[in-house]
Amino acid sequence: MQRKTKWIFITLIVLSISLIATFLFIGLTPAGWDYALPRRGRSVAAIIIVGSAIAFSTLIFQTITNNRILTPSIIGLDSLYMLIQTALVFFFGTLGLVFFSQEANFLMSIVFMVLFALLLYALLFRGEQQNIYFLLLVGIVFGTLFGSLSTFMQVLIDPNEFQSIQNRMFASFSNINVDLLWLSIIILLLTLLYVFPYLKYLDTLALGRDHAVNLGIPYDKVIRRFLIVIAIMVSVSTALVGPIMFLGLLVVNVAREMLPTFRHSTLAIGSILVSVVALVGGTLLVERVFAFSAPLSVFINFIGGAYFIYLLLRGTKN
Amino acid sequence: MALNMLERQKSQFETGDIALEVKNVSKSFDGKKVVKDVSIGVRKGSITSFIGPNGAGKSTLISMMSRLMSHDSGEVLVEGKPIKSYKSDELAKKVSILKQANNINIRLTVRELVSFGRFPHSRNRLSKADWGYVDNAIDYMELRDMQDKYLDQLSGGQKQRAFIAMVLAQDTDYIILDEPLNNLDMKHSVSIMKTLRKLCDDLGKTILIVVHDINFASCYSDDIIAMKDGELAAQGHCHEIINPTTLKKIYDMDIGIEEVNCNKICVYFT
Repeated sequence: MQRKTKWIFITLIVLSISLIATFLFIGLTPAGWDYALPRRGRSVAAIIIVGSAIAFSTLIFQTITNNRILTPSIIGLDSLYMLIQTALVFFFGTLGLVFFSQEANFLMSIVFMVLFALLLYALLFRGEQQNIYFLLLVGIVFGTLFGSLSTFMQVLIDPNEFQSIQNRMFASFSNINVDLLWLSIIILLLTLLYVFPYLKYLDTLALGRDHAVNLGIPYDKVIRRFLIVIAIMVSVSTALVGPIMFLGLLVVNVAREMLPTFRHSTLAIGSILVSVVALVGGTLLVERVFAFSAPLSVFINFIGGAYFIYLLLRGTKN
Repeated sequence: MALNMLERQKSQFETGDIALEVKNVSKSFDGKKVVKDVSIGVRKGSITSFIGPNGAGKSTLISMMSRLMSHDSGEVLVEGKPIKSYKSDELAKKVSILKQANNINIRLTVRELVSFGRFPHSRNRLSKADWGYVDNAIDYMELRDMQDKYLDQLSGGQKQRAFIAMVLAQDTDYIILDEPLNNLDMKHSVSIMKTLRKLCDDLGKTILIVVHDINFASCYSDDIIAMKDGELAAQGHCHEIINPTTLKKIYDMDIGIEEVNCNKICVYFT
């Protein structure tokens, strides 16, 4: 590892630890310890899980599509999640959310999203002439379709029921379900186990399909597995806190700018650290500075959007 | 001991045997047949040139011979075994391919790119021996003084040489190159063809190339396979193909042939 890389890692680790410490202990009186600390601890755990899942899934999505300005949300994965939630309430009422336990709802969402990812895979990676623009187009169309369907159902349902969906529409780290947290950790660990033997292919996959096949990567199998993993990670993070996939674009590209390497081992750790810093910092900002006047996703989308435009402008110059 | 070696020799393919074989292979894109029922054989330890007009199906054919594309019907055999029966990492140690368009979206130095050639052998952990192959490939392609430059800082020809070096580092018995002379000036074209000849003669590599300059095919290859409109137009030893009648059939052009320094040179400019 280069010296520069090491220093960046150390800086990021120190920064994230101090931010986490601030988050845990800010304004804490001894009387509030027992109450506040476990709750804040849960938030921190959720932030780390979600941050890692988003950063990692965006990184591998960019690698398999060979394009660094994409995030999995472009293929409509998180709009599908919202559609599933809305459909549940639409067809079963608020009772539906009670009837299906949170765990069941969670697992069902994951299954649907993985199926959707496999459908996209079947559509796009069938045959040899796969086209990245086709993937974007199909993804955007699906995403819009899911979004419109959700909105359509939302205007039809009872306003009270709409409230229960609305809670899920915005990312929030303030009230996180503990049961879901444990389930998420278990699912992510299993996913990591599932994807681990394939991680060694990432650097070579970045060369593009032809080179990857030439160098002996079982391309179709690898792509399919990565798409499944991306779908699981997106559904876990969306189910835990809501849709904030834009964050992925931001953190992965910041990591790429800071760490001039093609090695995914370095890039993945870098992206995850940047992601944790951004999420803990953003949550602190929302809770302490803006006193919950705006949801976290507003900040992430604002900063992320500005950075995205910067990337596009710089890209056209080259 | 000697007997053992004899035994081993027997089981392997020897120079001159047909080692890469295509049997009745067809391929269509969107209902249009681009390769029609083609059967060819490539001898081990030879340089085989694929020639023919644009759109004749040469690139598609070699893509199928290197599993970059699947074939619709027929069979592709590598050393007698169907290409589909090979595990991908096993095949990557036997057959390598370089396509004509090589755009990659990550920033790599020449040396980093060439080191990817060792991936089939050592994954991401390159041993000292692996780096030896990388160094050799870099020297072969005369890239030593620019090995730490990034690919996007290089000219088209330099980039092309870097990609060829990656394939050389892969060290496979069979090397398939789709228009390797694209973007190259005369000096480097000649030097690459000489390198390929050396790889074939000294190390017994089997090399398949798609070339557009018929004179490179004439001067450097052992066998020539000519394609036209998705069909096999001619196949045989170099000297059997390079004659006005066969070339007229392939290119629909009158091509004169002169002998210069014992090489047949095709004259087609006027």
